[in-house]
Amino acid sequence: MTLLQVRDLTVTYDGGARAVRGVDLTLAAGQKLGVAGESGCGKSTLALALLRLLPASAKVTGEVLLGGEDVLTMKWGRVRAVRWAGASIVFQGAMHSLNAVHRVGDQIAEPILLHKRATREGARRKVAELLEHVGLPAARAASYPHELSGGQRQRVMIAMALACDPELIVADEPTTALDVMIQAQILGLISRLVAEQDLGLVMISHDLAVLADTCDRLAVMYAGRVVEEGPAAQVYADALHPYGKALSGSFPTIGDPASRFAPRGLPGDPPDPAALPPGCTFHPRCPVALDVCARDDQELRPAGAGRRAACVRVGRTGAAEDVRARVRGQGREPEH
Amino acid sequence: MTADSTPALAKSADARPGSGPAAAAGPEPGARPGTRGPRARNLRAYLQYAAAKIVGAAVSLFAVLVTSFFLFRLIPSDPVKQMTGGRRVSTQQLAALRHQYGLDQPMWKQFTSYIGDALSGDFGISYQYHTPVIDKITGALPATLLLTGTAYVLYSALGIWLGTRSGWRSGSRSDRFHTAFALTLYSVPSFWLGLLLIIVFAVGIGPIPGMFPTGGLEQGGLHGFSYVVDVAHHMVLPVVTLVAVGYAQTLLVMRSSLLDEMGSDYLTTARAKGLRDDLVRRRHAVPNALLPTFTLMFVNLGHVVAGQILVETVFSWPGLGGLFYQALSVPDLPLVQGLFFVFATAVILANTLADILYPLLDPRVGR
Amino acid sequence: MTTSETRKASGPGAPGSVVDARALARARRRASLARFWRSYRAHRGGLWGLGLLIVFAVVAVTAPLLAGADSQSVTDAEGGPLEGPSGRFPLGTDQFGRSVLALLVYGSRISLTVGLLAAFLCVAIGTVVGIVAGHFRGWYATVLMRITDWFLVMPTLVLAIALATVMSRSMWTVIIAIGVTTWPTTARLVRAQTLSVESRPYIERARALGGGHGHVMVRHVLPNVMPLVLAQTTMIISSAILTEATLAFLGLSDPTITSWGGMLQDAREAGAVSAGDWWYLAPPGIAIAAVALAFTLCGRAVESVLNPKLGVRS
Repeated sequence: MTLLQVRDLTVTYDGGARAVRGVDLTLAAGQKLGVAGESGCGKSTLALALLRLLPASAKVTGEVLLGGEDVLTMKWGRVRAVRWAGASIVFQGAMHSLNAVHRVGDQIAEPILLHKRATREGARRKVAELLEHVGLPAARAASYPHELSGGQRQRVMIAMALACDPELIVADEPTTALDVMIQAQILGLISRLVAEQDLGLVMISHDLAVLADTCDRLAVMYAGRVVEEGPAAQVYADALHPYGKALSGSFPTIGDPASRFAPRGLPGDPPDPAALPPGCTFHPRCPVALDVCARDDQELRPAGAGRRAACVRVGRTGAAEDVRARVRGQGREPEH
Repeated sequence: MTADSTPALAKSADARPGSGPAAAAGPEPGARPGTRGPRARNLRAYLQYAAAKIVGAAVSLFAVLVTSFFLFRLIPSDPVKQMTGGRRVSTQQLAALRHQYGLDQPMWKQFTSYIGDALSGDFGISYQYHTPVIDKITGALPATLLLTGTAYVLYSALGIWLGTRSGWRSGSRSDRFHTAFALTLYSVPSFWLGLLLIIVFAVGIGPIPGMFPTGGLEQGGLHGFSYVVDVAHHMVLPVVTLVAVGYAQTLLVMRSSLLDEMGSDYLTTARAKGLRDDLVRRRHAVPNALLPTFTLMFVNLGHVVAGQILVETVFSWPGLGGLFYQALSVPDLPLVQGLFFVFATAVILANTLADILYPLLDPRVGR
Repeated sequence: MTTSETRKASGPGAPGSVVDARALARARRRASLARFWRSYRAHRGGLWGLGLLIVFAVVAVTAPLLAGADSQSVTDAEGGPLEGPSGRFPLGTDQFGRSVLALLVYGSRISLTVGLLAAFLCVAIGTVVGIVAGHFRGWYATVLMRITDWFLVMPTLVLAIALATVMSRSMWTVIIAIGVTTWPTTARLVRAQTLSVESRPYIERARALGGGHGHVMVRHVLPNVMPLVLAQTTMIISSAILTEATLAFLGLSDPTITSWGGMLQDAREAGAVSAGDWWYLAPPGIAIAAVALAFTLCGRAVESVLNPKLGVRS
């Protein structure tokens, strides 16, 4: 059963920044989808658009079907009912995402009281249960956010996300602000809970390795578009799109001497969403760009079993262009 | 902290920027747990902090006492001559008066007896009324508390309400209107507005009949319910004046602290939880934005007692402010000193109270 | 803030390049002024305020031309006492038969002079105390801040009234009374800014190159604090004008000079309130409010140019 289907989602901010440009995503119940990309590629905008949380000045078109209903066209009352009960979000930076002047227990209980028509006592019990579920003592409910460590706060966020038994959890950079040990714990926790309760998960991160570990499928975003999609392990190990390659290459494989001697980071910055380059938006940074890339936009196209990529070099056998590209590619080599 | 918003507050030169208690609230919470547990440790830190504030207030009060003694000795006039009002008085009588008010003593002796008396609540005898200063003050205090207290509650509530609405929909027509209106009233001298209201609504102008009394607290001779109605009737114009001039500041502070909160992530969280817009505002944004406003409200609370000298004078209100004005024009030295001390004490106490209560309201500061 | 404009290119070395460096610094200053004006222009309220101020300044400077040089004289008054508005006296006359409009024009001089000078005094004291208390460590800085804190808790108006009472009645008394009672807010603000400037690395560089206390405070800290002080000053002028009017209304200013607050006192004493002579009472108050509002609007615009984070300001 399809839990979430995003069709041709476009978000344009006030001022002309096209943060998301025609994204299609599908997520089956219980499936885990990773969305990867550099900062500024539109992945957080995507997360907010799923629950219609963008400011009113942002123009959103397309469809976000959650359990078959389009979030973008439903009445506001229905949107509020779907929020948290149908899909909840674990935000990045739990320090700022939690309200500093309320106790964390009350903050977890808030959506329970709102959506579940629970009694105060029932909500309190549920909060205790949730906290223990995420590995915190129930007494922590009486703490204020600043009294907790970063990892504990993120656990609170996760407990809060689970409060109304949603079918879908969107985790927006859930581990970014944490140190590596805590990061692993939180990722383990999310994986365990999602598996236990058979939840759908959309996890957003710039860290491809983290996503590959946690998710079934991966979507790589660049300049507001999905440029590559496929089974997580395959996309991570063998990306078809040059950007996907660069992204997985930018995290060196520990213990592999080759990666030490051949740093494969990507020069340059992602383009300004208000002034995108013509053609394939990646071509100015692409090490294997062809002439045609500066001219023609590249659509996402099938690339093998369950995989899609938006690159001119995918699913195409233009030998002459390949050679040209290799020549250009070599010409670029000395730059780094 | 509030330091950034202070230029907007230039009118209240004694609004306290940056001196927030946050800076002094003891060890960082979440630090190494001590042997007695974080709660007990926090409590001890808080008590130490509160004690330090109280000691500071006591020092300030003493300094006020000293200042009020020396400051008013500088008035270049002979109080006894003033008292006799230019009538022809014999040298003996002058000497007797001097002796009666202790003015024949050497300065240091006057000073020590002044301090000693003041500490026991004795501010001397009024030159003008020939009654103890403290009696005059306690006599006028209720009228001031009634007038400015009412106005204080009204303008604080109005300021917070309108400031919240403006900040939440900043840039909207209603925000622009309310901000512009508040800024204009903020620039209006209170005494002038009072005079104008008297002309229009008490004296009457053109087709408008005089509906309210021109001043005072009561018309006299009334009892029970009709007395209450009469006092309320007398209060309308001065309260309107004080509210009109006073609400702007609260509005502006509330608006700008809400604006500071507007982009915050926790508001997105609250919306994502499915809360209605007004609940997001009431439950999440306003409690955070109220903290700086709270400091301002306590500063204003001090001024409730300090009274509104000008407004009380204009409306002949029998309160401390009017008393101060009269005492100055004589000049009635003991009364001026006593009132000065009372005014400063009120402000110092309100500030100290704000410092002590602030950590209890903002959980981040720890308790 | 505008670190770049103030970072001096001239160090102890390279004497030949001093002229170039000065020219460079001048050009940079001009550029940053132009940038400032561009963003200031975007604030409608600020433009209104500025326009209003220019009008008042012109009126104040050309007062004798506009109102006639002898219009303040009681003996040469042309009209009858307390006449209503007419063609000859658009705002009527006061109890001595002088034109209220002419008095209003002259009053702008006092209001602006006292407002500006008092604010200048306040900002000067506040800046010096703030920088010194922020720059130096040790007991005297602590003592300085204690004094500041103490002044901060005094009821300003009460203190100003008390000061104006004990000194002789003149314009200067009013200026001093306002300046001496309002500086602590500025001092606190400047101190906070000084502390933040002094924690920047280039101050350490200046010290390492042998810059003394005076050099660091005047050449590095002061220029960085100035923009903030500028915004603060405009706000203080506005409150100084209001305080001046208040003191004059209480009769604590020089009774021989015409000021708006003094006009209101005269009006009240002449019984204009009970007689319902609104044309005598309304104009001075409107003038006070307009000037105070103009300075507040300018201050808010400057403030939001310097600190855009403060949000949308109308």
